[in-house]
Amino acid sequence: MKTILKTERLNKVYQLGNFPRNVKVNALNDVNLSIESDEPVIISVVGESGSGKTTLAKVILRLVEPTSGQVMIQDRVIVSEKGRMKPTKTEFLSTVQPIFQNPFEAFSRYRTVDSYLYETATRVKQLGKVEAITTIEEALASVGLEYKDVKGKYPNQFSGGELQRVSIARALIPRPGIIVADEPVSMIDASRRMIIINQFLSLKQEYRTSILYITHDLATAYYISDYIAVMNRGSIVEFGKARQVLADPQHSYTKLLLDSIPTTKKKWER
Amino acid sequence: MIRLNNIVASYTTQRGTVNAVDGVNLEIPDGIILGIAGESGCGKSTLMKVIYGDVSSPLSLPSGSVEYGIRDEYGDEVTSKNIQKQWFRRISYIPQSSMSSLNPVVRIRQQFVDFLDPKQNKAQVLDKVRSYVQQLGLPPESIDSYPHQLSGGMRQRIMVAMATFFQPDVILADEPTTALDVVVQKSILLLLMDLQEKMKNTIIFVSHDMGVHYQITHKMLIMYAAKAVEYGDSETIFTQPLHPYTRMLINSLPTIGDEHTREGISGRPPSLWENLQGCRFAARCPLATELCRSQEPAFTEYRPGHFAACHYAEKQQEASEGAL
Repeated sequence: MKTILKTERLNKVYQLGNFPRNVKVNALNDVNLSIESDEPVIISVVGESGSGKTTLAKVILRLVEPTSGQVMIQDRVIVSEKGRMKPTKTEFLSTVQPIFQNPFEAFSRYRTVDSYLYETATRVKQLGKVEAITTIEEALASVGLEYKDVKGKYPNQFSGGELQRVSIARALIPRPGIIVADEPVSMIDASRRMIIINQFLSLKQEYRTSILYITHDLATAYYISDYIAVMNRGSIVEFGKARQVLADPQHSYTKLLLDSIPTTKKKWER
Repeated sequence: MIRLNNIVASYTTQRGTVNAVDGVNLEIPDGIILGIAGESGCGKSTLMKVIYGDVSSPLSLPSGSVEYGIRDEYGDEVTSKNIQKQWFRRISYIPQSSMSSLNPVVRIRQQFVDFLDPKQNKAQVLDKVRSYVQQLGLPPESIDSYPHQLSGGMRQRIMVAMATFFQPDVILADEPTTALDVVVQKSILLLLMDLQEKMKNTIIFVSHDMGVHYQITHKMLIMYAAKAVEYGDSETIFTQPLHPYTRMLINSLPTIGDEHTREGISGRPPSLWENLQGCRFAARCPLATELCRSQEPAFTEYRPGHFAACHYAEKQQEASEGAL
């Protein structure tokens, strides 16, 4: 069994305010996650705003340094205290790739979108010019886009859903072990959200990539994930197989979250 | 009753004018929560602006009018021409993001008395405001703070308090809970429902979340590419939709405990800049025929109080009734 994702005693403390009235906020409070599997999996992290789910994503993506603890992906240390045993940037980026919430903020307005794809192929995967283009074509095809429709275009020429698909294609190019997707569908119109969600399911098989799906939408989390972790105030309060956790929640916070979702099946009690 | 007569609202840009709302006719009975759903760019927020009477450049109203069914202090009929005088008193607006709607450099209590008559006693009104925000589940001192000192949910409650303080006849809420997480969202929605029950006013509620609509609305309007495509009681809209777009919208959402594969609606709405012919949903509709592509369906009443704009609504109706 391979370790897909393992965090050990992960802590992150933010300092708010200035001396003498500064407050310490435990954004991550002793987070221990361990997922082992031979098959690629989709892991959802759910929780309300301020529960620390985005901080967890940022720590795994090395955008934020943890106060203590370490993260292992595919049996190797990716993030650790003070950067011990830290892999090089290229190695890191071919193991972990991000997809951000707002694709219009992820791509610069002043650059063509395909330049990002090309640079990921040549720098991270270190391919030659010709091979890079074939890899890009392949990645775009797998999200239902064509290279000729993307080439030379700027972000404002795409709709939100299309641009998000381009950013998924970009993340796929180095064939990473895990993709960290932080609220990838919250900016996308409800009617087209499921297209992206279904794509995650097919890519998991096609590219054999695991996905860490960070969301506050429990319904889509239930739909795609194999495992689910519920976070509240920086701690993981419940973790397990998605079906099991959401069908039979044990922790009171999970129950509260489930109870608050507006569904079209049952009206709220008042 | 609020009556919308053939509303056409257009935006003037450098490229020319574009109709963001194109011929909407509607009668909204008093004392209900009306939900408006549709994807981004379908004209739901523009329609809200028109109902609020906030029509200023680049938005204009080339044709149509809104009748509110209320009279002002001089006994004149209130229409889209003079509704601005009634802002906050008879009609109010809860915007999407409370973050950018409250003035960040002024205390909240000051923003509450901004729209007061100078004759009225400020201190007395503020006392009322304090007891009112307490009813809405906020500490009374919260109005003494600056907006940044409150959390997102509290700020949204302040916006709800401001919009409902004078007990207006009509409250317009434009995605009031999209920026909030589910737990806070539920509390705000329940608060709105309670207030509506007490005050018996009309709430027009825009959201793209069909779950929210199911939970709180009495009637629903579905919009697509600047047109109204379906209007009726929420209960029937969710159980027996007449328009294929409505059915696809409802079916595209996954629910917990349901293992069915969900498909999004592929394609995208037509550009409003083009000369549009026929049914605007035809390009994405599985039932579309030559008739749909050439002739625009009329917005017809198929069941009592249930309108739809689809050539095949009757067939859908038979099918849904057969399935029951």
